[in-house]
Amino acid sequence: MTIERAVSPAQRALAILGDDLTESTLKRYLDGIPGVDAVGLEQRAAALGTRSIKTTSKAWALDRIIELIDLTTLEGADTPGKVRSLVAKAVLPDPSDLSTPQVAAVCVYGDMVPYAVEALGAAHSAGTDEGINVAAVATAFPSGRASLAVKLADTADAVAAGADEIDMVIDRGAFLSGRYGRVFDEIVAVKEACRRDDGSFAHLKVILETGELNTYDNVRRASWLAILAGGDFIKTSTGKVAPAATLPVTLLMLEVVRDWHRLTGEQIGVKPAGGIRSSKDAIKYVVTVAETVGEEWLQPHLFRFGASSLLNDVLLQRQKMKTGHYSGADYVTID
Amino acid sequence: MSHVAVPKTYKLFVNGAFPRSESGRVYEVTTPKGVFLANAAKASRKDARDAIVAARAAVGGWAGATAYNRGQVLYRVAEVLEGRRAQFEDEIVRLEGVSAGAARAQVDEAIDRWVWYAGWTDKFAQVSGNANPVAGPYFNLSVPEPTGVVAVVAPQDSSLLGLVSAVAPALVAGNTVVVVASEAFPLSAITLAEVLATSDLPKGVVNVLTGSPAEIAPWLASHADVNALDLVGAAELEWIDLEIAAAETLKRVYPPESGPDAAAPSLARITAFTETKTVWHTKSLL
Repeated sequence: MTIERAVSPAQRALAILGDDLTESTLKRYLDGIPGVDAVGLEQRAAALGTRSIKTTSKAWALDRIIELIDLTTLEGADTPGKVRSLVAKAVLPDPSDLSTPQVAAVCVYGDMVPYAVEALGAAHSAGTDEGINVAAVATAFPSGRASLAVKLADTADAVAAGADEIDMVIDRGAFLSGRYGRVFDEIVAVKEACRRDDGSFAHLKVILETGELNTYDNVRRASWLAILAGGDFIKTSTGKVAPAATLPVTLLMLEVVRDWHRLTGEQIGVKPAGGIRSSKDAIKYVVTVAETVGEEWLQPHLFRFGASSLLNDVLLQRQKMKTGHYSGADYVTID
Repeated sequence: MSHVAVPKTYKLFVNGAFPRSESGRVYEVTTPKGVFLANAAKASRKDARDAIVAARAAVGGWAGATAYNRGQVLYRVAEVLEGRRAQFEDEIVRLEGVSAGAARAQVDEAIDRWVWYAGWTDKFAQVSGNANPVAGPYFNLSVPEPTGVVAVVAPQDSSLLGLVSAVAPALVAGNTVVVVASEAFPLSAITLAEVLATSDLPKGVVNVLTGSPAEIAPWLASHADVNALDLVGAAELEWIDLEIAAAETLKRVYPPESGPDAAAPSLARITAFTETKTVWHTKSLL
């Protein structure tokens, strides 16, 4: 497999690996990355999870968590109506408290993008920094088992429909069998398919599906690969495979992002997705981000939670902090 | 080699498990003469919160079980209670300082009462429900439905009978329960929890907290995910305040009772924690 040198988003790889960018140099580079100290990683993640975040810090964290959520519905049974109610919740998460911030984005399947854009209306960011983004999963999500042509058409279709962000899946089969060039080329090609008519790009989130990568070493390699190929974000999981996001895996990916930032000065985003259901868990991630890459990363363009039920739990916690008594599921919407 | 006695650690009963209080606190339980008996867990507001989460999760399964099945499970509790009566009698003698005969009488009464309530599960709807006469070709039926999560402050002057009298009726209709046991006599409550844990009662249907009712009850009363509040053992607390807090989220409240006849068995204790659902259904016209 040859690697397209002309494709612009592969600039990162060219800059790091030099002009003789071939599959073998890429493989040599990725295989040369040191292995992960798994025990140390899990211990560090566990230690970060024990921080006690209370009162004003907790209030700040809860609001920030909401601002970092990609409110997601990715079901086979999704309908335009379901997407509209998701958007309504994204715009106004808690009708009983108008001080509640809005979420960062709604995340839907590609064919639901037009309905999401329509339902957002003026609340849609549409390329500006204000408002809510529409993220679409593409490239034969969640398995990624389709030809490249289909994956690119899937991506281009979602971008044309108004998606601001594309969540692509990597070809785990190719990655695990060592065909890094194929995975690399696909990411480069999908990045190119994210180009809009005006020359700007939809943000590309690369889903590693860490639950299928089996080892921390693989997660580290896949993270480097995705960044080298031009990903704007690296995302843990589709949410369809167990285990989905875990704190150690997210910490590991944050460390890659930190190393990349030290190397190049460039900031890459991280998105843990799947299995983060409680405010308590989400706060652990916030702590991990702040301690690993810095609080600067706690912004929607650098860190996201892929979640659906998390939002309700955060709203219940906000209500508890505001009223002083525990709230219940009857006081938030049923999703 | 001589045997070294293994004293029991009395913990909470939440979601079918026996955790310590998240606060790590315990308090001393003594005989009426002040002799140390055991350390009991002193539940915090967060334990109460966890218990309510467990109780809420258990509502669907328990309320959705057939009335006959609930009756069978509750009867099974009485069977296991009977099998462990010696342990209860022993605990009551040591805790309350009463005679063995009085303890035996209390356990008898508790088992009888549990069986009495178990029998009501598939019968109370016939008594408190109704087929209403309406002017039209419809059946109009009013049926009692469980209200959901019931928080109970158990009678404070009784170790087993009071607890049974407050918990059993709430379970009959299909509610789930978070009960704050008697502060002075908590040991039988945890032993009862061991009975419940081994009697096919689904996890979370009954959750037992030990500790200070004065500390925990306000959190239960104001919790928006609690549907009803049984204040039967709250006479010594600021129970009017609890009632006011409960009114914020429109809870059903059953007031305190005291004296020897407190929480006497009655159909009213069952129906207090139900909501009446009325349905219209067309009659077939031939």
